[in-house]
Amino acid sequence: MSKNPKIRTAKEIEQIFNVLRVVMATIIALLFAFLVILLVSDDPMGSISSFIVGPLTTFRRFGEVVSKVVPLLFTGAAVCFIFSANQTNMAVEGGFTVGALGATIIAVYVHPGNTILHIALCCIAGGVFGMIAAAIPAIMYVKFNAKPVVSSLMMNYVCMYIALGLINHPMRDNNAGFNASATFDATAQIPKLIARTDIHAGLIIGLVVIVFSYIYLYRSQNGYEIRVVGKNTDFATYCGMPVKKVLMKSQLIGGFLAGVGGAVEVLSMYTRFQYSGNTGLGFDGIMVGIMAGYNPKLVPLAAFFYAYVKEGAAILARATDIPVELVSIIQAIIIMLVVAERFLYKQKHRMMVKAAEKELEFRNQQAAKEAE
Amino acid sequence: MTINAEFIASFLYSVIRITTPLLFGAMGALICKQGGVLHIAFEACMLFAAFFGMAASAFTQNLWVGLLAGMVGGVLLMLALGYFTYKLHANITLTGIALNTLASGGTVFLMYLMCGEKGASTSLPSLVFPNIDIPLIQDIPLVGQVLSGHNILTYVAFILPIFVYILIFKTPLGLRIRTVGENENAAASVGINVNRTKYITLAIGGAVTSLGGIFMSMGYLSWFARDMIAGRGFMAIAAQNLGNAAVLPTFVTSVLFGVANALAVTLQTLNLPAEIFMALPYVVTLLGLAAYSNSEGKTKKLRKSAKKA
Amino acid sequence: MKENILVMENIRKVYSNGFIANENVTLAVNEGEIHALVGENGAGKSTLMKVLFGVEKPDEGRILLNGEEVHIDNPNAAIKMGIGMVYQHFMLVPSLTVTENLVIGMEPRKDGIFYDAAAATKMVREAAAKYNFDLDPDAKIRDLSVGQKQKVEILKVLIRGAKIVILDEPTAVLTPQETRELFVELKGLKKQGYTVIFISHKLNEVKELCDRVTVMRAGKTIGHCNVADVTEADISRMMVGRDIVMEIDKEKNTLGETVLSVQHVTKYILGTKKILDDVSFRIRRGEILGVAGVEGNGQKEISEIITGLDRDFEGTVKATPELVDVRNCSIRQLREKGIAHISEDRMTYGIVGDGSIADNIIADRYYKPPYKQGLLLNQKAINENTDALIKEYTVKCDNREQPIRMLSGGNMQKVVTAREFTTGASLIVANQPTRGIDIGASDFIRRRLVDLRTAGAGVLLISADLNEVLEVSDSLIVMHNGRIAAYFPDASKVTEEELGEYMLGVKTMSPEEVKEVADCE
Repeated sequence: MSKNPKIRTAKEIEQIFNVLRVVMATIIALLFAFLVILLVSDDPMGSISSFIVGPLTTFRRFGEVVSKVVPLLFTGAAVCFIFSANQTNMAVEGGFTVGALGATIIAVYVHPGNTILHIALCCIAGGVFGMIAAAIPAIMYVKFNAKPVVSSLMMNYVCMYIALGLINHPMRDNNAGFNASATFDATAQIPKLIARTDIHAGLIIGLVVIVFSYIYLYRSQNGYEIRVVGKNTDFATYCGMPVKKVLMKSQLIGGFLAGVGGAVEVLSMYTRFQYSGNTGLGFDGIMVGIMAGYNPKLVPLAAFFYAYVKEGAAILARATDIPVELVSIIQAIIIMLVVAERFLYKQKHRMMVKAAEKELEFRNQQAAKEAE
Repeated sequence: MTINAEFIASFLYSVIRITTPLLFGAMGALICKQGGVLHIAFEACMLFAAFFGMAASAFTQNLWVGLLAGMVGGVLLMLALGYFTYKLHANITLTGIALNTLASGGTVFLMYLMCGEKGASTSLPSLVFPNIDIPLIQDIPLVGQVLSGHNILTYVAFILPIFVYILIFKTPLGLRIRTVGENENAAASVGINVNRTKYITLAIGGAVTSLGGIFMSMGYLSWFARDMIAGRGFMAIAAQNLGNAAVLPTFVTSVLFGVANALAVTLQTLNLPAEIFMALPYVVTLLGLAAYSNSEGKTKKLRKSAKKA
Repeated sequence: MKENILVMENIRKVYSNGFIANENVTLAVNEGEIHALVGENGAGKSTLMKVLFGVEKPDEGRILLNGEEVHIDNPNAAIKMGIGMVYQHFMLVPSLTVTENLVIGMEPRKDGIFYDAAAATKMVREAAAKYNFDLDPDAKIRDLSVGQKQKVEILKVLIRGAKIVILDEPTAVLTPQETRELFVELKGLKKQGYTVIFISHKLNEVKELCDRVTVMRAGKTIGHCNVADVTEADISRMMVGRDIVMEIDKEKNTLGETVLSVQHVTKYILGTKKILDDVSFRIRRGEILGVAGVEGNGQKEISEIITGLDRDFEGTVKATPELVDVRNCSIRQLREKGIAHISEDRMTYGIVGDGSIADNIIADRYYKPPYKQGLLLNQKAINENTDALIKEYTVKCDNREQPIRMLSGGNMQKVVTAREFTTGASLIVANQPTRGIDIGASDFIRRRLVDLRTAGAGVLLISADLNEVLEVSDSLIVMHNGRIAAYFPDASKVTEEELGEYMLGVKTMSPEEVKEVADCE
């Protein structure tokens, strides 16, 4: 029996609604933001327009958007690895911080003299630190069956205090005038790509990571294992997959990428380690990962959107009384609606029923034709 | 500083004080766990409660309005989590992350709109619940110093576990909460509205947890500060987890966490790198999680070998 | 006694994945009768009952109770209208007592707020006496036998004032004695004026117990009649649309080397209960050994032990032509050495629901050439393999990228078999391979099993479907209470009645008689 090409398949309807949900969530969140602006701004139209098009008005601002994208590429990709394995390990946040710490140690105390080598060593050190951060909750689950939700949140605090403890005491540069490490060697600083903007070479590393992540997760045997384990662990066991190894692998890679992200961020945007706490960029990465459906291919898009909104809000905050925390509210609304499976469910169900009815009608017609 | 009886008394006093918000949070988490609705938004719940308690009490200059507003804020947040999770079928952890983000940014956002400050609402001080001296006990040397003179919410927190026990194990509602928590199909089959029970559980858990947030801005401090909950909501989950959702063990772990926190605060004054001690409660939680889950594995093994024998 | 106290008219239910579970279904029940609702797995009985009990909302149709149209939005509404449901999977809380389970939702109180445990126990005692149920109100549910749990379930709906009691395949989990006891109780209820809707596959039970029967097939009602007016064969013809006896032409098999040797396997569950008790058997190439038995008599455990999923047992299991000890091999090694496995729990151990058909097909071979290309996957080879298997196994789907959860049960199982039957396995463990799937797919899978055995594989076929084990197997064992209760070297010489007696524990062969199945020579 031939298929009627005009009737949408259930899979197509699902895909349409998956996209529609993200779009609708974004629209609702932005509408909410506009509403807030309308309520509190003296010049609502001006505020809204500076929020929407502000990031595009100068080259410098656009550069800021791009530089905000970079860390999200790393943490977003990291989340794709970890969450594809269905592990709610949120140590990307702490991993990012200790990644920056690891890079700082190499950037300040090791002097290989060669830029590429120095940056590479910094990234590796950062990656290893990040990997350790993610590995602890991962091991606690694999060995002791302690779910990573709570342990990874605790780990984030431990990472933060380790970094601050080192930076504020043994590694503190007393000439800085505030809690910070000594300045990085010039060879460790990631160069700008475009003068008079914040766009730096870390963007290239980030895009390479995205390509690597996509190929790994969606084209390699290991990535296939990760996705199957994440979707149905029992089935993976039944098929003979080394489930525990796969769980560890996904989280080690995720932690490594988060750590490299921290390294790249600190070496490109700062000249010394001067964070006074966790950056929130790991949690932002979780948001970006969710919006991208844990597919690295879509991470740049989600990261760009998120960075754009952040920059828009920053411009808005400079011009008006509206604090930049507006971003958190927008972000939260989007994520809540995107992860809500039943959001727009009625519409989807109606469409599914319609398609099924059409299909039935079509089949009956065909059967009638055949009978003739 | 010398370590003498005086020092120990003041240390124990601070343990009790610092345990207060953890205890509220842990009892809230315990209620949620018993009802099968454990989540990670306790941080957000306490933050909301702390903020709205501060704001309402500052504007109305009425302590009770502050209390009410704080609890309403915390409860509404938990109900929102319930709505998204049970009505819209969202992943409870991811929704929890989103709500934590919302609370952390949203409270700063509102605070800035209200008083133009982004760090702490010092220009808009909240009313504070009174400290209570307990007659007779306050006159006992040292013991009085430890047990008397606490904030009234602290006493509420330390009596609370008894009420939680009665609620969960001695009332029809508690029976329903436990039924939904253990087998929601069983609950549904006798016509218990599962989702409504979950909302009720979240509301009660939210109300209890909120008191911890209210204590922070209307007792511990007299203002709201950004991210002032500082992981206490997560610690509450951990305490409940280590206590296996039973009342007494959860109470004990909460107090132990309180001790770790108090150590961090006290030892900071001894001029040691503060970060080590500030990390202590989180490290203890990590170790506790590993040890607790590990002991579960051990008993399994024991059972196995016993069976073989 | 009133006629048509409950009528469901033209019910239509489409699930959100587009599956039409009920189409124009009508059911009419009289007061004080035991009304059977029969149909194959997947015929739509459960959906219809979910609609009646307010668990699912119908897309069309109406429900009349005592002649008046009612809207049942949730189970609570159904209970208030006097409709009670006893599920096949018990809806009980193991850590609570019988009394607590019975009174949840209608707890007696003292002082307005506290739970009155004494009054609750009294209430339960009285109800148990009224309906003649033998139950200890203070026992914890987790300590009860299956039959007792079912009594608690039935009492649970009666105590809530149900006048119409729905029983979803109540005898599936019961021993023969328990079944007899249940029938006595149900007839007692009927005498007291209660109406019972009895969902079943077992036509002899329908014949023995029920007054009228409604037959469903493929989501539609086929008809209804008085049980006294029809034979079991009549009903079965209505159920399946043709005579149920299937004919599978089997070529004569040639027995080869041993590919499975199970020696003295014992397994405990819940501390001390022996779910497997000194089980020994062997399978040779070219042989299908059927395992008959009521579910829950150790079949699931033995299949998980053989396939390496469960290592917590005593005794030895050697498998594949090399006769390796399964305990010393990982699951992957066992598969590579030639074990294929169809699990009874398809949704957990058969498929990854969110994965595409291709994802499901390659789950055991993605790391082998030609499906791998260095560290990457060879997409072309995977696609070709998937498309070929979809065609060969006539999987009805949109394309290979469709998430498998969108397929019907039969098509899902075809994908599972397309994977498991194409590995060149020398030992195939098939646990309930055709459960819950349509006739066409079942037939296809059974024929495949026979083909594979003729081609030289050894097959362990575990099935609760008597027709299936009798028709497909070469030799048979019957499991009862974790032991091999009977062994028949030639399955074609066994009658259903004979098998039933061993399955239900009426008869048991002596250890000497069943020893033969374990002899490796």
